[in-house]
Amino acid sequence: MTDRTFHSVSPSATGLDPAVLAGAESFARSWATAVIGSSYVPMTRAEVADHLRALTELLVGALYTNPFRTAPGYDIGTRLVEAHFTSTDTLGRTVQLLGDDLLTALGLAGDERMRSRLAALQGALAAGYSRALRERTLAEQEAIRAAVLDARDQAETALRASEARFRAMFTEAAIGIGIAAIDGTILDVNQSLQDMLGYTVEEMRARNVRDLMHPEDAASVWRLYDQLIRGECDHYRAEKRFNRADGEQVWTHLTLSLVRDDHGEPQYQVAMIEDVTDRHLLQNRLRFQALHDPLTGLPNRALFLERLGKAFNVRSPRARVGLCYLDLDGFKVINDSLGHDIGDQLLIEVGRRLDSSVAGEGRLVARMGGDEFVILVEGSAGTQDIVEVADRVLRTLEGPVRIGGHELSISASIGIVERAVAGTTAAEQMRDADITLYWAKADGKSRWALYDPERNAREVARFTLSATMPAALERDEFYVDYQPLVRLEDSTVVGVEALVRWQHPEFGRLAPDRFIELAEETGLIVPLGRWVLRKACEQARRWLVEFGDSAPFVSVNLAVRQSRDPELVRDVRRILDECELPPTHLQLELTESAIMGTADEPLEALRSLSDMGVRIAIDDFGTGYSNLAYLRHLPVHELKVAGSFMEGLRAADGADPVDAQIVATLVQLAHALDLTVTAEGVETPAQAERLRRIGCDAGQGWFFARPGPPEDIDRLLHGD
Amino acid sequence: MERASVARVYDYWLGGAHNFAADRAAARQALEAMPELKSVILTNRAFLRRAVRYLASVGIRQFLDLGSGIPTVGNVHEVAGQVDPTTRVVYVDIDPVAVAHGRAILAEDPNVTMVRADVRDTASVLESAEIRKLFDPTEPVAVLMIALLHFMPDETDPYGMVATYRDSMPSGSYLAVSHAGFESGEEPFGWRRARDLYERQVTPMTNRTGAEFARFFEGFDLVEPGQVRIPLWRPDSPDDVEETAARYPGFGAVGRKP
Repeated sequence: MTDRTFHSVSPSATGLDPAVLAGAESFARSWATAVIGSSYVPMTRAEVADHLRALTELLVGALYTNPFRTAPGYDIGTRLVEAHFTSTDTLGRTVQLLGDDLLTALGLAGDERMRSRLAALQGALAAGYSRALRERTLAEQEAIRAAVLDARDQAETALRASEARFRAMFTEAAIGIGIAAIDGTILDVNQSLQDMLGYTVEEMRARNVRDLMHPEDAASVWRLYDQLIRGECDHYRAEKRFNRADGEQVWTHLTLSLVRDDHGEPQYQVAMIEDVTDRHLLQNRLRFQALHDPLTGLPNRALFLERLGKAFNVRSPRARVGLCYLDLDGFKVINDSLGHDIGDQLLIEVGRRLDSSVAGEGRLVARMGGDEFVILVEGSAGTQDIVEVADRVLRTLEGPVRIGGHELSISASIGIVERAVAGTTAAEQMRDADITLYWAKADGKSRWALYDPERNAREVARFTLSATMPAALERDEFYVDYQPLVRLEDSTVVGVEALVRWQHPEFGRLAPDRFIELAEETGLIVPLGRWVLRKACEQARRWLVEFGDSAPFVSVNLAVRQSRDPELVRDVRRILDECELPPTHLQLELTESAIMGTADEPLEALRSLSDMGVRIAIDDFGTGYSNLAYLRHLPVHELKVAGSFMEGLRAADGADPVDAQIVATLVQLAHALDLTVTAEGVETPAQAERLRRIGCDAGQGWFFARPGPPEDIDRLLHGD
Repeated sequence: MERASVARVYDYWLGGAHNFAADRAAARQALEAMPELKSVILTNRAFLRRAVRYLASVGIRQFLDLGSGIPTVGNVHEVAGQVDPTTRVVYVDIDPVAVAHGRAILAEDPNVTMVRADVRDTASVLESAEIRKLFDPTEPVAVLMIALLHFMPDETDPYGMVATYRDSMPSGSYLAVSHAGFESGEEPFGWRRARDLYERQVTPMTNRTGAEFARFFEGFDLVEPGQVRIPLWRPDSPDDVEETAARYPGFGAVGRKP
């Protein structure tokens, strides 16, 4: 298609007459004007004119050449096409212009021979032009078609290369890849996925994506799948399990993507599946280790508390949870005497027995630590359920355990709490189970105890009292009331019993029966008793000062623990000294058991006190098992007959002769031993009268006066 | 082949046979709507010839013809080769057929080659192996955008593209642009119909005003006669300047990077 040939048409080669050349020149100008713009030629106007002048000269030369030949005409037509005068307008105008103007321009207008020659040359020019244009057109068409094929080849090569790359990526990928149609028909799976699931491509192609559903799949996996298939989401990730061909399970991370067609409609689904089984199993093992006791393999405290917490998350008002808190009896002895190894073996065996006897749906046996185990019963129907469990546990532990040549008998104590979930918490249930276990231990071990809210309330109150008692003593919350001991013969107040009271800021006025026992348990009875003794002595001193010889003695209760306090004698002496009270104005009351059951030492203390002049009375006489033979050897001055005998003396006409006989006998006995007798609990005039007749020395009770402040005694002494 | 291509429609208008029925049908329909279109096309092609001759005359020996189409009649390497046969030319077009054809006919010429690329992807053009091989990066180059930019709407940022090419050229380089366009109110008869037909069958067109055209030459000094209607840019002879030249629907200019 290059057109560098047009310069080769040289006008000098023709050798024509100058007049003819001038005519040719003129024609060439007209020719240029006629064809410029009809075709695109890469030439200036002047270059076009030059080119056409050369062709004109060639043509004119041919007209004059003998013998006449048409070949130059043919040649000119060819050269026009070569110069890219490819528009057929150019040919048309050229042929017309030749016929109209050339002979005239050459001065040959009437020359028939020339006209005939020109016609022949016009024909040859047209033929040459047509032939050249046809050749050129065919060549260019061939070239452009070749280019199309070329371009297509290149595109196909590129496509094939790209396809090969993608195919390699699919085939060689370490991650499992699968492609399925929108209806779930599996179309292709790569080698990794085949290896992962253990099925061949053909086996996979025979299946549907939904066949890969696993019973443990989260509901979201298939909900998202449906959304994706409907085109509502483009991809999602999930954790999913698959069943392998060999029955094993594979844990995977799955990414499912939707491929849409050009119109945006769902077309394919592509799954990328990563095998995370090893990671999953490791995680499981770590989790198991974190939640299980390494010794027994049972769930540990953490797992138990997690399960208990879940049980309490059930919001149903009827949901109940039962708990057995179990502790081996005497485990420490086994551990200490036979060694930790044996102890550990024993715990393993206990764990095994518990697990096999209790295990089941909704039941969990866990080791809390040490020799403490716990059994959780979820969805319990009532107390009976869990009591059965506890009974079974106690039975299963009955059989001896053989470890390393030892045959060990074991037992356990169990605290049981079974209640509705509503209105309580896991922590409360744990705490109550722990308390109840303590009850079972306290009640004698090898048994279960059932949680009792009333018992718990009492214990809580007791605990509160005993905990606050020392501070109460310091804050002067205690005070002393007095109740007169009246001589029956003449109704004279001979003595007063000091009775301690506690003005509790929370519980109000508390009688001794609410706190003395507690004080004995905690040991606070010693300072409390000392305080009461001092108060009573101070008061007795005031009466002594005011009433002289007719002042009553004070009778102060001495608790067992006090009676055994080695400081007792010194304390009493110091207080009497400090209060300037003669010992004869003090009486100490002890219970039968405190006196009878005592060893030598306390008895010595009582003797010292007695020798000092302090009166000793036996309180509540007749309710214990007094050794009457022993009584005569004791440093005792008075018996206080228990109020329970007064019932039979209530009516004036001797309602219960047995009671009356007992009291009379006691009085006789006392008098025989040279002891005075005071009857407690005298409530009616009839009782007082009968006692007087029996010969009882003194009486105490509501009939004479209720316990009250010292001012009440003052009034009595004044005879008001 | 089913769809007309800019390169082959252009070839048909220039009298070539590197085209198919679809190209010819599109070309003919546009011509029917606007008969002057043929002379517009030929005049634009003549601008290319004059611009290349001018650039060769001022010593440019490296030409980058962007959106060249099929290197058909009156192509750059022929025109420039007349001045210096060792002139190096790189044609760039996105049309795979045009590129395949160009490579076939240029295979024998070591100084001329063709790159298939989207001219808007300036990096892949400027970093192409062909340009690295043929061009001396320190030597001035002429970048030709002949009948190219009116196929790029403003959204595709043709100004930014031109600036990128400008920034890549060494000092003393040239930019030659011809662009369909006219001032408002000058729209030629049948233009809109021809353009609609063309847009439907070939590719969208954006005509720009003189002021819009001028912005392409930011950073260049325009050579004489500056920015003009295409027939008025350095005509070969006064005879070539027809009465209608001042209303010719297209601007042309050549600028030199200082």
